[in-house]
Amino acid sequence: MEGVETHRGIVATLDRANVDTDQIIPKQYLKSIKRTGFETGLFSDWRYLPDGTLSPEFELNQERFRRATVLVTRNNFGCGSSREHAVWAIVQYGFKAVIAPRVDRAAGRVPAFADIFAGNAVKNGLLTIQLSEDEVQAIFGMVERFPGLEMTIDLPEQRVILHMDEEESFRFDIAPAVKEHLIRGLDDIAITLEHSAAIDAYEAKTAASG
Amino acid sequence: MAKTLFEKLWDAHVVEVLPDGTSLLYIDRHLVHEVTSPQAFEGLRMADRSVRQPGKTFATMDHNVPTDDRDNIADPVSKAQIEALVENCSDSGVTLYGLDSDKQGIVHVMGPEQGLTLPGMTIVCGDSHTSTHGAFGTLAFGIGTSEVEHVLATQTLRQTKADTCKVEFTGKLQKGVTAKDMILKLIGMIGTAGGTGYVLEYAGEAIRALSMEERMTVCNMTIEGGARAGMIAPDETTIEYFTAREREFAPKGEALERAIAYWRSLPSDPDATFDREITVEVDKIVPQVTWGTSPGMVTDVTACVPGPDALPDFNRVDVERALEYMGLTAGTPITDIKIDTVFLGSCTNSRIEDLRRAAALIEGRKVAEGVRMLVVPGSEPVRKQAESEGLDAIFKASGAEWRFAGCSMCLAMNPDQLQPGERCASTSNRNFEGRQGKGGRTHLVSPEMAVAAAVEGHFVDVRTFV
Repeated sequence: MEGVETHRGIVATLDRANVDTDQIIPKQYLKSIKRTGFETGLFSDWRYLPDGTLSPEFELNQERFRRATVLVTRNNFGCGSSREHAVWAIVQYGFKAVIAPRVDRAAGRVPAFADIFAGNAVKNGLLTIQLSEDEVQAIFGMVERFPGLEMTIDLPEQRVILHMDEEESFRFDIAPAVKEHLIRGLDDIAITLEHSAAIDAYEAKTAASG
Repeated sequence: MAKTLFEKLWDAHVVEVLPDGTSLLYIDRHLVHEVTSPQAFEGLRMADRSVRQPGKTFATMDHNVPTDDRDNIADPVSKAQIEALVENCSDSGVTLYGLDSDKQGIVHVMGPEQGLTLPGMTIVCGDSHTSTHGAFGTLAFGIGTSEVEHVLATQTLRQTKADTCKVEFTGKLQKGVTAKDMILKLIGMIGTAGGTGYVLEYAGEAIRALSMEERMTVCNMTIEGGARAGMIAPDETTIEYFTAREREFAPKGEALERAIAYWRSLPSDPDATFDREITVEVDKIVPQVTWGTSPGMVTDVTACVPGPDALPDFNRVDVERALEYMGLTAGTPITDIKIDTVFLGSCTNSRIEDLRRAAALIEGRKVAEGVRMLVVPGSEPVRKQAESEGLDAIFKASGAEWRFAGCSMCLAMNPDQLQPGERCASTSNRNFEGRQGKGGRTHLVSPEMAVAAAVEGHFVDVRTFV
């Protein structure tokens, strides 16, 4: 996996909450034993008409979003199944980042992304960025006002910058471990294998006590 | 310091705290199925890495297997996926319960059944419903394929410690109200993202009163509330699961005695604190039915389909889209909704107790004219047990189809699918758009509610179904 520091690209919006991984990549595409080729299945139940042509109703099929690389959507994106195929499909389609709002409710804060999806995203270098509801709402508005709106994501600075006549930017929080992982494009398994001695010791200890 | 069950399990499995603040967590049991593993095995091969502990990983086939004619898999792509698992397991020395095994079944049914799931363990699987195993007092959660590869190679995962949330179910269930209704009610209360970032511990007298299989139903749907793991402290019911009958991979004799002593030390300390606490009054729960396209879109069987105005926690556009997809109008009584298909199965509700309760209810009755009912046992041992008790004959006499074990119409990867517009009362766990077949409409219910709907052809309050 390659590291990523900054990315600039066109922003597309998908105005739906709770987009589940069954929608991101429907089950029929999960029969493949390969790691590539999932872009054709991305959002396929929404994206295609029964005859296989692109549905004009679906947001991402609009001409203005065709070359988008940043997807801005609503809360709880990626809920449901653990299928990493969902992240593969998003990445292989051409998206570098997904932005969604955390939601503050009386009972507590609801994160923007489902847990397993967010973890899978990091492993594939897909940025998942949480903003506030107001900020995401503002981006939805800007995309409507400025067709072809571009955004720069600056990971080291933890900022997204919207390129309009007068630039606007929002700061985002990200766990330090996740940030480092993304910037350096680390191979998790290689790093963990450097701790083999600790794993050996743990196994020896539990075997003795168990 | 007082610890919760989760904190005890976490602390017992930390191999090392890493400089970036995450922890390397040891995985005791890794379960594998055909859909989320081929790319992981391929990754190992490409990096010239091997499986560190083949004896701690067990595989079965469930997601993509036919439940009628198991000898002829018509779809060549499905067949290739099944063959890939056979080859990967054989190459790496991982035990596989394939289609020719009498232990094959849905991975979350098979694990506990064979004693692969034991209190105190960490258990992972490339499937979000791995939370099921939390019923035994394990830390069990679903992972993606990259993590499957990581566990195969290292028997560990890099994890950030979750926050803790106690869900106390107080009171007693009414007759006809089930574990399924308890968890659907909770998801309706907290929403499908309400548990994100937490590990839930289910507690309270209503949880203590549940059998192990009912507890699995509750823990199974934890992920539908956003939490990766849900757990229940081991108690006498848990212990009896291992003492009442021998399970192949569970300890026996003195080893079992030692294990039980350890299991008894696992429950949260009385003065342990949680980051969050939720109380659910069980007495007030009535049978639940989902009306929308997310498990949080759920209501009482006695209610009407809600409209956007009654749902402040949902975006108006999402509710309107869900109602349109489901072909429903706000204000329609739930009991007026007619169904075409009934699916009794899935890792949520396909165990022997589910089948016994459903059979007892359908015995002497007929599936309504024009309604198709599919009964898919969770594993081959469940199927054989059911057949030895004559349950298959009861289902078949009522007009239902009796199948071999698998995930089947829960995710409809195999040929068991809904047609566009077809409406299903399903005992599974997800009512997402297209989940049971493109254009299919899913209503999640308990096995009892599913049977009542099958007989009447529309939803009925099973409490009045006599």
